[in-house]
Amino acid sequence: MAPAHAHKSLKLSHDLPLDSGQVLSGVEIAYETYGELNTDKSNAILICHALTGDQYVASTHPITGKPGWWEAMVGPGKPIDTGRFQVICANVLGSCMGSTGPASPAADGAPYAMRFPVITIRDMVRGLVALLDGLGIAKLHTVVGGSMGGMQALSMAANFPDRAERVLAIATTARHSAQNIAFHEVGRQAIMADPNWNGGDYYGGAEPDAGLAVARMAAHITYLSEEGLTEKFGRRLQDRDAKSFGFDADFQVESYLRYQGSGFTQRFDANSYLYITRAMDYFDLAEEHGGKLANAFAGAKARFCLVSFDSDWLYPTAESRHVVHALNAAGAPVSFVELSAPFGHDSFLLDVPALDRVVKGFLK
Amino acid sequence: MSLRPDLAVIAQSIPRGARVLDIGCGDGSLMAELTALSGVDARGMEIDAEHVERCVARGLSVIQGDADRDLVDYPDKSFDVAILSQTLQTTRRPDLMLDQLLRVGRQAFVSFPNFGHWRMRAGLALGGRMPVTRAMPVTWYETANIHHMTIKDFNDLLALKGVNVEGCWFFAHDAVISSASANWRAEYALYQLSR
Repeated sequence: MAPAHAHKSLKLSHDLPLDSGQVLSGVEIAYETYGELNTDKSNAILICHALTGDQYVASTHPITGKPGWWEAMVGPGKPIDTGRFQVICANVLGSCMGSTGPASPAADGAPYAMRFPVITIRDMVRGLVALLDGLGIAKLHTVVGGSMGGMQALSMAANFPDRAERVLAIATTARHSAQNIAFHEVGRQAIMADPNWNGGDYYGGAEPDAGLAVARMAAHITYLSEEGLTEKFGRRLQDRDAKSFGFDADFQVESYLRYQGSGFTQRFDANSYLYITRAMDYFDLAEEHGGKLANAFAGAKARFCLVSFDSDWLYPTAESRHVVHALNAAGAPVSFVELSAPFGHDSFLLDVPALDRVVKGFLK
Repeated sequence: MSLRPDLAVIAQSIPRGARVLDIGCGDGSLMAELTALSGVDARGMEIDAEHVERCVARGLSVIQGDADRDLVDYPDKSFDVAILSQTLQTTRRPDLMLDQLLRVGRQAFVSFPNFGHWRMRAGLALGGRMPVTRAMPVTWYETANIHHMTIKDFNDLLALKGVNVEGCWFFAHDAVISSASANWRAEYALYQLSR
């Protein structure tokens, strides 16, 4: 779990009503901005981050010291050009990089832990809209997101149709499938099976790092393609010439996953992982709108662009097409392209020149 | 910008502000023209990802898709006009494609190369080989055209299906020609259809 760090944030002056029927008070939304807002505030682009992302989209991460998670896409002269746009990226509600989440203090001063209400993607979007209100931005030039960020972008288009002129949703879905939920449940059970999890009350003591690392390892596999894993690791051994006939990380792929898992625990809160994966599993944009996805977009006024990747088996092209059909049925202007890239779901974060061209073109 | 003559006819025939679906829209030239000239609400479908990229960069709304497979997903009469330009002969079942066009569009514009053109006939009759001409410049093994038809064949299909012809244009040397002996003289044809 991340050590305390000063993040730039906005404290909401009003309570946030949630889909569960509960209400959150004293909500803080941590955010970063890049580039200048123009005088009529018409050049703001909101980037919504994925499950374990944060607001440090194009600046050094304060805990890991690594570059921003989408620096290839966002910056001066990049496809999302901070010389032209003001880019806003906020940590989602329920996360752990400065926005209110299960590690935040409740009214009694102790961390919420499992007293934190279960939130939804729409609740996250409510938090983002409250931030835009606070920043005085009535209408975004574009809302952009990949993966869970794409869910937020679609949810914003459906529930707050006046807030964005363009919606760019990449490698995403309008609902979590049984397979998506299943993988998340494996992760949650790994966390909850760690004795240090302690019903969620571990703040200030030993944390469920082992469980969180396993959750991350399982999830990480779903972000990559089989082809990508084979190319990167194959059956190669890690720093040894022969199998050990033991349970060390003999294979490079094991070593890699262990490294990914333990690195993740340095910057992420296990309870946040539970809450955010739950929000994703609950996501079904059609269900929110009478069971018909086209109804979700009945009032949509934005131009849409959806992008999928042929090697993404987490949110495959069929899911994007499902959204595109609904947008078509609703009469919304929509573009869609399936790009070819070998990196699986993570393709949206990696070097895919065709994605750069689509993003740049759509923002023109 | 100068459009191919069949596309120019389409551009002139579409009412202002119409909702248009351009199937096989390529790099979006016709859509861009229609949007600029007639203020239409144009949408496109294109199978090639690079073409779609270019369309998106032009600010057009284009979906990467295969007309044979994806047209069924559009609601009935969701467009005033559906356009299928020089593509019918590449679809798996042109007859079923025609049904889809007239289902999603109130009207359809369809253009196709005429295999009855005299050069074709001469090439096959005298040369004994599948003709390669200016209008159909690709060898039989490389061509995307999997159904070769003449204007007469197309008229027969329209009659069989009870499709109304609202207008038709015939082209040779990139100019409109009269309908007299069009099946001999036209390199390609354009039909405006309704049901």
